[in-house]
Amino acid sequence: MKTMKTLNGNQTIAEATRQVDPDVIAAYPITPSTAIVETIAQFKADGLISGEFVCPESEHSAMSVCIGAASAGGRVMTATASQGLALMWEMLYIAAGLRLPIVAAIANRSLSAPINIHGDHSDTMGARDSGWIQIYSEGCQEAYDNFIQAFRIAEHLNVRTPVLVGLDGFIISHSMEVIQVEDDDEVKRFVGEYKPVYPLLDTSRKMTVGPIDFTDYYFEHKRSQIEGIENAPKVIEAVGREFGQKFGREYGFFEEYRMDDAETCIVVMSSAAGTCKDAVDGLRAEGKRIGLLKPRVFRPFPHQKIAEALKKMKAVAVLDRSSSPGAFGAPLFTEIRSSLYDYSERPKIVNYVYGLGGRDIMVEHFKEVGLKLGEIAKTGKVAEMCGYINLRE
Amino acid sequence: MKKESWKELTIGTINLDAGNSVKNLTGTWRSGKRPQFIQENCIQCFFCWVYCPHFAIRVEKSEVTGVNYDYCTGCGICCTECPPKEKALVMVKEEIKLAERSPK
Repeated sequence: MKTMKTLNGNQTIAEATRQVDPDVIAAYPITPSTAIVETIAQFKADGLISGEFVCPESEHSAMSVCIGAASAGGRVMTATASQGLALMWEMLYIAAGLRLPIVAAIANRSLSAPINIHGDHSDTMGARDSGWIQIYSEGCQEAYDNFIQAFRIAEHLNVRTPVLVGLDGFIISHSMEVIQVEDDDEVKRFVGEYKPVYPLLDTSRKMTVGPIDFTDYYFEHKRSQIEGIENAPKVIEAVGREFGQKFGREYGFFEEYRMDDAETCIVVMSSAAGTCKDAVDGLRAEGKRIGLLKPRVFRPFPHQKIAEALKKMKAVAVLDRSSSPGAFGAPLFTEIRSSLYDYSERPKIVNYVYGLGGRDIMVEHFKEVGLKLGEIAKTGKVAEMCGYINLRE
Repeated sequence: MKKESWKELTIGTINLDAGNSVKNLTGTWRSGKRPQFIQENCIQCFFCWVYCPHFAIRVEKSEVTGVNYDYCTGCGICCTECPPKEKALVMVKEEIKLAERSPK
């Protein structure tokens, strides 16, 4: 039976995990994702999930257990954040290289040093070349919905690529929201029965998993891996549509908010998009033609669709909740700026890094960005291509 | 040996061709030295057979009879482990022409 429940982000992930009931859950607790692991452990102790729950000695081992279990033929999930994801690093690449459809919930948090437990996207942005599909959530409902869809995307036979679902540390992971929790059986039916490809537990077939490649095969295997994530867009779109038909909440690659007649646009992911919507409403009330584009899927990057949505703008600000020291702009900015390169008609574009280590971003900050965009649109001049928001200068 | 294109490879690096390491002639990149078998010194202890990382010690009718140079990389472990004072396996220099090293 579908019910409205008041849950925080971590509880929604645990609730979705209980409903999907994977064969193996291997996770090590780390702030702010600890409650995901705790709640799942409680579910296991209460007999509410049938899968194995493994709590190893580190995140590196947690991902290793996931890789082993997925190779054996199990449906597998984990959860972590920040240093935990960083400790998984080498295993993330192996999970993707072995094409194992592992699903991970990441309560996005900053990376040390200095040590900080609060929300930003440094952890998952650091893993952006690991070969994992990346989906980001604005709130608890989206985290729940994305997490359920992640299994379908990861396990699709043309994709077979691990998926991580990001939910902002504390801002989503620890904030209560009234969300629609779908019926257990309906969720189980939606994700369907898991059919492993070449499971190691099938002893009738002799095979090797994860052999060494020299100069003669590594390149071909890597190209073969890339095909999986390049097949993902069609599947992400189809699963998002089917989810909409079944549960009434449809998902695509990004959300457009008041973009119809917009001349300027703010691009921002995850929880800050909610605050930005308020700012856009305020600026619209003052007659400013501004909109918001909220990317949901960061890997594979929907470059063509985003470029099509932005090419007619006069000015665009891309807001990044992570930095890429020494690069020409932060991760989301470089992707979007590059996506627009082939278009003769394209907007002026600026990048703002915000919210590192959980620094607040308020409606007023978005309004300031909106006003700066208005100025750029009017004059065609960019004073500062890459800047920072709410930072003491 | 024909090498597959990326489209022909099994998903996720999985190798379904069980036992295909016999096709990989590790002897083609031998180090420039190789173990020479001296039969009259051999006490048939099988230490060389146990220690050889490439399974390159030839055994016929339950007796060590020499080295399979298709797979011997010239690492020298067999010669180190060979127990008799007058060793049955000793490293000797060898010169291999480049053409002979190329895989079959």
